[in-house]
Amino acid sequence: MSAAACTGTFALARLILRRDRLPLALRVPAVPALAYAVVAGFQELLPTEAARLAYYQGTARSPAIVGVLGPVHGPGLGELVVQRVGFLFLVVPLISLLTVVRHTRAEEEAGRRELLGATALGRHAPLAAALLVAGAADLAAGALAALALLAGGLPAAGSVAFGLALAACGWVFAAAGGVAAQLTANAGSARGIGLGVLGVAYLLRLAGDTAGETTGGAAGWPSWLSPIGWAQHVRPFAGERWWLLVPPLVAAAALVAVALPLAARRDLGAGVLPARPGPADAAPYLRGPVGLAWRLHRGPLLGWAAGFAVLGLVYGGAADAAERALSGSPELRELLARLGGTSRFGDAFIVAIVSVLGLAAAGQAIQAVLRMRAEEAALRSEPVLAGAVSRIGWAAGHLAFAGLGPAVALTLGGLSAGLAYGAGAGDVGRELPRVLAAALVQLPAALVLGGLAALLYGLAPRFAAAAWAVFAACAVLGQVGALLRLDDAVLELSPFTHVPRVPADDPRVAPLAWLTGVAVALTAAGLAALRRRDIPAA
Amino acid sequence: MHDVITMSGVVKTFGRVRALDGLDLRVRPGEVHGFLGPNGAGKSTAIRVLLGLLRADAGEIRLLGGDPWRDAVALHRRLAYVPGDVTLWPNLTGGEVIDLLGRMRGGLDPRRKAELLERFELDPRKKGRAYSKGNRQKVGLVAALASDAELFLLDEPTSGLDPLMEAVFQECVRELARDGRTVLLSSHILAEVEALCDRVSIIRGGRIVETGTLARLRHLTRTTITAELAGPPDGLADLPGVHDLRVDGRHVRFDVDADALDEALRRLTRAGVRALTSRPPTLEELFLRHYERPGNGRRAAEAAR
Repeated sequence: MSAAACTGTFALARLILRRDRLPLALRVPAVPALAYAVVAGFQELLPTEAARLAYYQGTARSPAIVGVLGPVHGPGLGELVVQRVGFLFLVVPLISLLTVVRHTRAEEEAGRRELLGATALGRHAPLAAALLVAGAADLAAGALAALALLAGGLPAAGSVAFGLALAACGWVFAAAGGVAAQLTANAGSARGIGLGVLGVAYLLRLAGDTAGETTGGAAGWPSWLSPIGWAQHVRPFAGERWWLLVPPLVAAAALVAVALPLAARRDLGAGVLPARPGPADAAPYLRGPVGLAWRLHRGPLLGWAAGFAVLGLVYGGAADAAERALSGSPELRELLARLGGTSRFGDAFIVAIVSVLGLAAAGQAIQAVLRMRAEEAALRSEPVLAGAVSRIGWAAGHLAFAGLGPAVALTLGGLSAGLAYGAGAGDVGRELPRVLAAALVQLPAALVLGGLAALLYGLAPRFAAAAWAVFAACAVLGQVGALLRLDDAVLELSPFTHVPRVPADDPRVAPLAWLTGVAVALTAAGLAALRRRDIPAA
Repeated sequence: MHDVITMSGVVKTFGRVRALDGLDLRVRPGEVHGFLGPNGAGKSTAIRVLLGLLRADAGEIRLLGGDPWRDAVALHRRLAYVPGDVTLWPNLTGGEVIDLLGRMRGGLDPRRKAELLERFELDPRKKGRAYSKGNRQKVGLVAALASDAELFLLDEPTSGLDPLMEAVFQECVRELARDGRTVLLSSHILAEVEALCDRVSIIRGGRIVETGTLARLRHLTRTTITAELAGPPDGLADLPGVHDLRVDGRHVRFDVDADALDEALRRLTRAGVRALTSRPPTLEELFLRHYERPGNGRRAAEAAR
């Protein structure tokens, strides 16, 4: 690519930095902060080598933990920390991907690219600038994470290897986002394609690592097909495999090499995949706010449902494999019973996986609620509300999907996990309802976060996205809260802390009832505020 | 018969900005009412208040006999709205949006839709994101015009339309007027206003500075007179209502207020007129006078009175 084609890249990058300064200022330091907190937590929780060894053999190496978080390469403090923050290898790529789509295809769809395109801007500049910022943010997060591990007293080589692996993993998916953004004319589909690729990479890694751990051997071949797998097998602190940093760099470069010519060759606003004409008349269902909401939410709903079903199958299968691997070792079972608070390892694992499903369902609910904010900001709520549609009626269409969507997704996730687990255990009749119940008890807590988003949207729509910050806080509390030895009062701020640990414990109705009550009250308060305020809000 | 729209003393503030500052607006049944004003004068805010999307801080508002905030749903069955910038759902086709908006208003006539699609030469099978600005505007227009509403709130509805489509739009509005429907038309296109509107209101700084028929508004401004005289032009300079008098020998040129025109001509004929041209105020002059910045604008408006 010529220099002229990149004219304006730095100016555009500065524009992106200006627009994203708040999210960047929050998310880049969050990575090292989390890494440091986990180091400190482990130092306190597992102060001796013996304690770390017990944890390594009993918990860290269990196929379930390896499946969800990633492989563990040894019983040392560094190895345990790296595994524990393994979800960063999902989160950092996810944010990188969304950042690139946001500053390429979404800008183009909004028509702002056209304004900039008329200035002295090279053909490659918009994509190059988005990749530059996303890549630099990943590198900064990785470098700071390395420093945080160093500050926690871990060896330098491993710290650097971890930081680089994290950054490289982010780069691959930033570049993948760059390709996805060229394929379709709309940002939503581009995000969907990107998330699909990321999901497949995660599941491949999960399948390969779980298989490897269950057979007691090396990671299975699927891990080696996944950029997340490469990054998590760099083995920081356990004989670093520096050469494994090469494949993600090559993959990222290759994806950029695909994306740039795609971007340069196509028309502004067009996708590589062709747009088809649609119907000249609306289908009979498209006659009111609910019909419109169905039309707007059905795509994301199908995506979430499919994701939950696949995740349920994989998790359910992993739980069964774990159960069988452990059946030959009574000592280990005993240890796990004490660690997990239950006599059956499979149950403990189910509790762990449905908590992930519950969190995802909360994300789905928030996303559906915030769709209202997007509609209002784009002035698309105006023609609807200028029709014979009340504000409550309009909001109810969207809220229906914020409530029913997570219910459908959790049901599918619970069913598929129950089927996979039950089929392996040879007793579908017994396991299916238990796993399904475990998934469904998550719903009230997920809806509390959806209700909070509805309240924020009703009261202060400009700050509605703060619901995602609350979501992130709940995720951190759920994943590492206990490890960080946070006060119970803090842990109880998350609605998920109150969910009964089905099937390990019996389902208790009381917390489910009051969580549902809180969700309804938050939503009602949000609707009351929505009825009183200006639309669009000033 | 009651007015279709009555706004009196309506105030709407956004933080420290007073978007509407004691707005008074009356729209009579069956009239096409032009709503004019510079950018940011408060036209769209006023229309959103009428739609019950924004809540006025003070003042009385009646729309079709109801309260636009409280009775929004019932009132919206009887009105149709076209925003100045129609935004569409990227994955819905134009035809789907037209049907959806029509049904949400209580139904639309498929034959009327087909007829309007043809008249506006709009392809209803394209997805929202594929339409140009003008075509998006056509989607909004067809959706509104295909309805059986009593009142049409049109907020710069023709922005982005080509002159042919502008003509089709004017034809449609004339048909509405013939059917006895009421139209509030916010516009910057003076030819459109002149061609369609019975009465106009001019808004500036959140208040109505002028309202009435175009003929009356014309009457309120000055006529430009150029004359060649037989003798010296005596008694013109001190006549109230004569402005910008320039005398060059026997040639005079001045602007005169409508109510001073009689006396000014009398004094000219006293001096003996050899040649005379008079030019009535153009609409542009009329509006420019009201559109100017508050300082000059007020002076000009007062002078015009």
